[in-house]
Amino acid sequence: MSIRHHLTDQLLMAYAAGDLPEAFNLVVATHVSLCDECRARLASYEAVGGAMLEGADVAEMSDDSLAACLDRIDGLSQANARRPLKRAGIFPAPLADYIGGGPNKVKWRNLGMGVKQAILPTGKDASARLLYIPGGQAVPDHGHRGLELTLVLQGAFRDETDRFGPGDIEIADEAMEHTPIAESGEVCICLAATDAPLRFNAIIPRLAQPFLRI
Amino acid sequence: MTADWAALVLRVRDDQDRAAFAALFRHFAPRVKAFLMKSGADATLAEECAQDVMATLWQKAHLFDPSRASVATWVFTIARNRRIDALRKARRPEPEELPWGPEPEPDQAEVLEAQQDTERLGAALSQLPDKQRALIERAFYGDLSHSEIAAETGLPLGTIKSRIRLALDRLRQQMS
Repeated sequence: MSIRHHLTDQLLMAYAAGDLPEAFNLVVATHVSLCDECRARLASYEAVGGAMLEGADVAEMSDDSLAACLDRIDGLSQANARRPLKRAGIFPAPLADYIGGGPNKVKWRNLGMGVKQAILPTGKDASARLLYIPGGQAVPDHGHRGLELTLVLQGAFRDETDRFGPGDIEIADEAMEHTPIAESGEVCICLAATDAPLRFNAIIPRLAQPFLRI
Repeated sequence: MTADWAALVLRVRDDQDRAAFAALFRHFAPRVKAFLMKSGADATLAEECAQDVMATLWQKAHLFDPSRASVATWVFTIARNRRIDALRKARRPEPEELPWGPEPEPDQAEVLEAQQDTERLGAALSQLPDKQRALIERAFYGDLSHSEIAAETGLPLGTIKSRIRLALDRLRQQMS
């Protein structure tokens, strides 16, 4: 996979620090699963956290805390640690974990013109969804009032700025006006997240139209 | 001055060595507790979570890769995840683990590099202007939203990134 569009430093640092809403965490974790470049950049920001922890103040633990911790460890075995999550087809492990499997497990909802979406269960401060866009169709507008991340998992889309293929992430803020269209050929499947409030009543009729613009 | 924390974690991993664990606990638990208190936990919750973090270190010692991260960095990631879970009650999806595990006999030069990264970064942090350092600290204490973060840290992160990137390329080649 040759990835050309990466995460920003701001998003990687926020993810390393633990400052992102769950839906953005999911997109970042999914992209990093596919991209060694961003995995290495993320590790460098986590090293900042390590250096802070090492150099920071200490808060004394109570006298019996080590003994209490050792007691707890007796009840744990290293082998019982949670098994690593598995990739499922085009879904890297963190995404497969939300779906409970690969693309055939997604509960799609039709939006018209062959376009489908599935909203994923995340915390309410941002929302995440999978999008299924046949070639030639517009990618449904899923934000534009906040920060919007769109990660391609299969196929590709193009907009005024560039082409986005598997593993590429487009990061758009409210200032960006663009009309992404899925390339002909393989169906384009994307994971998208936005921190704009979901407005179901307003969005769904809009999504039902092809080549929608606001 | 600097103990060889990575060697102690490997002793926990290979021999369930309690003396090694105790040394790690005495060094890291009070730091984790302070970190969690700065992130908004009261002393009781922070102490309890610091014990959780250290128990996780015991349980996940086989996943620690000393050639990619220092022990301090690894403990930070465990503490961060505990903070999100306990204080924000949110889920945090994690990247897929790499298809190879940590090497059983890590390259000593790489291990040393990873430990030294933490020291170098610590020195660089202490030399930043107060205002800039305070912003980075607030970000890592979970006190800033993502839109408030300025990623221009003024810290030498490029060398760390390049070193890890090279190691990932080499391991992927060995795997294929």
